[in-house]
Amino acid sequence: MIAAAADNWTEYKTMSKLLRILIWLAVAVLGALSVGTIALHRGEQINAMWLVTAALCCYALGYRFYSKFVAAKVLVLDPWRATPAERLENGRDFVCTNKWVVFGHHFAAIAGPGPLVGPVLAAQFGYLPGTLWVLAGAVFAGCVQDFVILLLSVRRDGKSMTEMAKDEIGTLGGFVAYVAVISIIVVLLGVCALVVVNALKASPWGTFTIAMTMPIALLMGVYLRRVRPGKVLETSVLGFVLVLLAIWGGQWVSQHASASAIFTLSAPTLAVLIILYGFAASAVPVWLLLAPRDYLSTFVKLGTIAMLAIGIVGLRPTLHMPAFTRFVDGTGPVFAGKIFPFAFITIACGAISGFHSLISSGTTPKLITRETETRMVGYGAMLAESMVAIMATIAACVLQPGTYFAINSPAGVVGQLPQAAASTISSWGFPITAAEMHSLAQTVGEQTLFNRTGGAPAFAVGMAHIFSRSLGGQALMAIWYHFAIMFEALFILTVLDAGTRVGRFMIQDALGHVWKPMGRTSWYPSILLNSALIVAAWGYFLWQGVKDPLGGINSLWPLFGIANQSLATVALCVATTIFIKMGKARYAPVTLTPLAWLLSVTFTASYHKVFDPNPRIGFLSHARQLAETAAPGSARLIFNDRLDAIVTGILTVLITVIVLEAAREWIRVLSGRKAARVSEAPFVPTRFATEEQA
Amino acid sequence: MRTLRNAANLLWATLREIFEESAYARFLLREHVSASRESYAAFLREQELSKARRPRCC
Repeated sequence: MIAAAADNWTEYKTMSKLLRILIWLAVAVLGALSVGTIALHRGEQINAMWLVTAALCCYALGYRFYSKFVAAKVLVLDPWRATPAERLENGRDFVCTNKWVVFGHHFAAIAGPGPLVGPVLAAQFGYLPGTLWVLAGAVFAGCVQDFVILLLSVRRDGKSMTEMAKDEIGTLGGFVAYVAVISIIVVLLGVCALVVVNALKASPWGTFTIAMTMPIALLMGVYLRRVRPGKVLETSVLGFVLVLLAIWGGQWVSQHASASAIFTLSAPTLAVLIILYGFAASAVPVWLLLAPRDYLSTFVKLGTIAMLAIGIVGLRPTLHMPAFTRFVDGTGPVFAGKIFPFAFITIACGAISGFHSLISSGTTPKLITRETETRMVGYGAMLAESMVAIMATIAACVLQPGTYFAINSPAGVVGQLPQAAASTISSWGFPITAAEMHSLAQTVGEQTLFNRTGGAPAFAVGMAHIFSRSLGGQALMAIWYHFAIMFEALFILTVLDAGTRVGRFMIQDALGHVWKPMGRTSWYPSILLNSALIVAAWGYFLWQGVKDPLGGINSLWPLFGIANQSLATVALCVATTIFIKMGKARYAPVTLTPLAWLLSVTFTASYHKVFDPNPRIGFLSHARQLAETAAPGSARLIFNDRLDAIVTGILTVLITVIVLEAAREWIRVLSGRKAARVSEAPFVPTRFATEEQA
Repeated sequence: MRTLRNAANLLWATLREIFEESAYARFLLREHVSASRESYAAFLREQELSKARRPRCC
């Protein structure tokens, strides 16, 4: 009897294992078929579902096999080891939290405008380069970085990335990480603000809607504090309803002559307003503006991403963009430069983003209950963000290529007048007429859609195209377009106000070492001065972008990409150093390979951005060209080019320093000249293990 | 049905954590106070510094 039961059990186990192997084999075959289809199809349009299927299969395989390998062999996740959330639980920063709740919390913090804007810009090469980079980059680099940094921070009581760099690589490493973080924040905020300006310029409807989110946020802040204390979800729903009313009211504003005139603003005016907003958001109390906007933006963000996913799967749209465009040769109108390295710095979030290492070593490690959960939270949440990047690629590529290029090409490349722009774009083999663009602009409630660089308007048109096919048809196209613009601008501005504050604190911390009162975060002169400093820094980049005849994105987005990927190299250097100190040198390629790839990408991109003889790519050759023409106002543009070249150069030097410093540490440890000692918190057994055993 | 209810509970818990309602509930428990304007103001004061230092990713 017992023998028969044992036989049955063995047979059941064998069948179950066989079934699992067959399922994973089927996923691998389906993934290979989907990637093969999107990679090899030429001349015919393909359905967006091939991209979705390829992504889902790659993510499933990456999570099941690669992340499991990293978890088991490299990091050796220990289910018996207590996490800081358990050991240091204080109900405030350190709190044991359900893994799905932490997953949602982490995803909400890492998902920003980057995975939406980057893939839209990179679509100028066609749908294929961006898609392949997003898939491979996420599985082998981005997810690994997020997962590894999260676990390393968990083992160090939730220490930040800069603290870990200081502890493991040395004081110089910590300093470089600090400067890299400040640089990326400044460039990032300048670029983000530019995307918003380009989306809202000469758009009374969009400007009105976004302007209304400010009083709505203030109202939410007061409601939350005075009327319904602590009821954040209720307040967010109320705020969302008010934002929907603002979108609806925006249509009336755009059709009403005098109201429309008030909200039809030029790019420089919008830039000044955003700079003032950034300063105000940094200086007023968090509860009044920053926190309610953050809640509102998160609410809209999570809902819209879910809606977009449902829309794409439900409608299965066809991609009109070819796999490759002629612009793989580096002559692209959206930004100049060849696929390598520019596609890889244009798409950062969605593939690998250094900024994530700050989140993975911020709040998240303090919420993790068991070490084993870092895999799902770190690796898994990045996979979810990568899926957002795939959806953005789809939203851009469902547009007719002519429409895509008309929206994303700056006037300096295609011409100021609609006829000239349409004629230039058609001559590239992407037919479009001024009348078609005018009709599209009217359908979405805009005066024009030409020269709307920055990616946000193209994404909004694509998203409106998908949404309107499922709900409301052409009649609601304008509402959907402005909903998409509101969604993007809202959470870009949230990144802006949160980033300005974080930057202000970082400067205050640094200046506090020079003069103590400057470090006091509640001292108003210090608040005002440091807010002004950080806003002036990113505001300068914004102003430069607004005044750039090439639309600003051509210069600034690559700079942002280089800064972001530089931060990822710092994170991967820290991780590799710790692996070597842990005696895991043979597994160092897990982080060393993406590190080598990022170094080749950032160094090549930096070299081209500074020294390339093509004035559309190289800052210095552009400055030389301007100097030769001696056109009015060229002195300022020449200064900007040289400043951009210096910033790029500084980032390159910083990265070189940290890589050399880390390599020196690796050699000293591997050669036995230095003891392999990591600064982990001591092992304490978890109480959950005892509870499970009981 | 039970699975659905569990999923809904989990979603609700996630939203409460993201929107910091859980953090407020923990604050009330820790400080042994009930929900009120005053306690929420105290909670916001405590949160001010940590929230303001929390970056949002690009």
